Amino acid sequence: MTLRPDQTVVTRFVPDGSRVLDLGCGHGSLMRYLMDRRGCTGTGVEIAPDAALDTIAKGVPLIELDIDHQLDQFGDRSYDVVILSRVLQATYKPRDVLTQMARIGSRCIVSVPNFGYWRHRWVLLRGRMPMSKELPHAWYDTPNIHLSTLTDLEDLFDVVGLDVWERQLSTPDGRQRDYPARWANLMAANAIYVLTPRDSRPADPGTVR
Amino acid sequence: MTSRPPSAEDSVGIVEQHTVRLFEGDHPLVLASGAVLPEVDVAYETYGTLNASRDNAVFICHALTGDAHAAGRHRKDDHRPGWWDTMIGPGKPIDTDHYFVIADNLLGGCQGTTGPASTDPTTGRPYGLDFPLLQIADFVTVHRELLAHLGVDHLLSVVGGSMGGMQSLQWALSYPEQVGSAVIIAASSRLNAQNIAFSAVARESIMRDPGFAGGRYLEVGSSPDTGLSIARMMAHITYQSEAGMDQKFGRRYQFGEDARRGFGVDFAVESYLDHQGRVFLSRFDALSYLYLTRVMDYFDPFAEEDAAAALAAAGSPCLVLSFDTDWRFDTTHSRAIVRQLERQRVPVSFREIRSPWGHDSFLLTIDDYHRTVAAFLRRVAYERAAADRAAGKADR
Repeated sequence: MTLRPDQTVVTRFVPDGSRVLDLGCGHGSLMRYLMDRRGCTGTGVEIAPDAALDTIAKGVPLIELDIDHQLDQFGDRSYDVVILSRVLQATYKPRDVLTQMARIGSRCIVSVPNFGYWRHRWVLLRGRMPMSKELPHAWYDTPNIHLSTLTDLEDLFDVVGLDVWERQLSTPDGRQRDYPARWANLMAANAIYVLTPRDSRPADPGTVR
Repeated sequence: MTSRPPSAEDSVGIVEQHTVRLFEGDHPLVLASGAVLPEVDVAYETYGTLNASRDNAVFICHALTGDAHAAGRHRKDDHRPGWWDTMIGPGKPIDTDHYFVIADNLLGGCQGTTGPASTDPTTGRPYGLDFPLLQIADFVTVHRELLAHLGVDHLLSVVGGSMGGMQSLQWALSYPEQVGSAVIIAASSRLNAQNIAFSAVARESIMRDPGFAGGRYLEVGSSPDTGLSIARMMAHITYQSEAGMDQKFGRRYQFGEDARRGFGVDFAVESYLDHQGRVFLSRFDALSYLYLTRVMDYFDPFAEEDAAAALAAAGSPCLVLSFDTDWRFDTTHSRAIVRQLERQRVPVSFREIRSPWGHDSFLLTIDDYHRTVAAFLRRVAYERAAADRAAGKADR
């Protein structure tokens, strides 16, 4: 089972045996991997019928629901880790989704494309909406309706009470890079955030490996 | 993952119904309420073959008016196959090439299994309203006794729609190790006021029919036909969606534009309801209708906070399905079940299937629905086989 490069990075921040909620789990590969290799339990959430079916076929518990409206299904602090992998930019109300995640999880992992990436800025400077490997859709039919720069996103994390515990930056093809902090919003094409809800921060979130 | 088009070869073919006395003498049936039934007969059918390790059995729980004849035909020239022939058969979601399928008529029913119309051995007369009130848990007790009779300890899955889904759920909660997995379709874990209201009117219609004779109609030789058929007609409305009925009947006239107008069957939909009400009389008993609807009214398996603790510990996966146009038990009922199971950490999957046909959808061939049930069962079977192999290795 092969994971996307960003999914591989995500798995590094999921402790063994933890209870995981994967929001927008797609075909369930990440959850299956975490269940098989890491002894995790949990639930995938997906709304696309074929992806939901594939997830069930993999033996991953799958709850079909709309992330924008129905996350109240899940109880407070009912999961150790809540993952939102390349989904936030496609939600209608990112702020509400992040608020729900902060309520449900003891740790949240959010993976996003960075709209502030220099190539996007350059294309915009030339008068066009950016299209790239991360953002392959034309502006008029993209599902990515809430793109943000890393700086904007970090402001929102603060507003909803999520503290950034770790940030992993990467190139367009997902290779990890340690860009200097002040250049991150320009240089990184993608970012993965490991977040802890402010009201329930554990003494040390700890990491795997 | 393709679904084969329906054809004759998809059928389990000619099937035979059996009846067995599961409780009698010093082994009476003690109900959850403490009441005792001295004798209980159960009608059942099986399809497919039980494998050598006896672990490929799937139990089918039927809905309010179902019976043990779930698939195939009793005789070659039978007009219609069993009630879930769309779901059960070779290559179908409950695939009889792989699974050994057991279907019975539930306790309190009237199609081969002991119910309120059966003869009370202590009086020699039909039970009538002296039959004890039942609970979903009592159905499960009898299903389990049938399994013991068949020499099947464990199920791969227990599957049911509507009231059948309630039995799947109850069985999984009470005996999670036995069921392996559960499929709960278009069901509810707690009827709401509207649900109970519909059942109440149906029961009133039966009991106020003079033919009901205080429940002694079998002895006095009358029959609450009017009441029972009205109950059935009303129920049939709740089993379909507004759009589905409109699509099927619209405002079509039954006897054409020029027919005389009156208070009979003028519209096609009236003819349909009239027909459903009539054919129901030949196969269903009014007392069973009272008892079985009442069972649903009181069903509330999550009344206790930790009702799913044993199921969560066993880790038996559950699949909960609803249909978007079902208003008999709409999606909020299924979501409530899912919320309870998920909260208590049962591995539960849920999908809302798109279908225009309302509650009845669970009986119909809907590709997305069938593919989901098939995929879930295949995975459960795969994991069971993997566990068996692992256990086999450990033994050596």
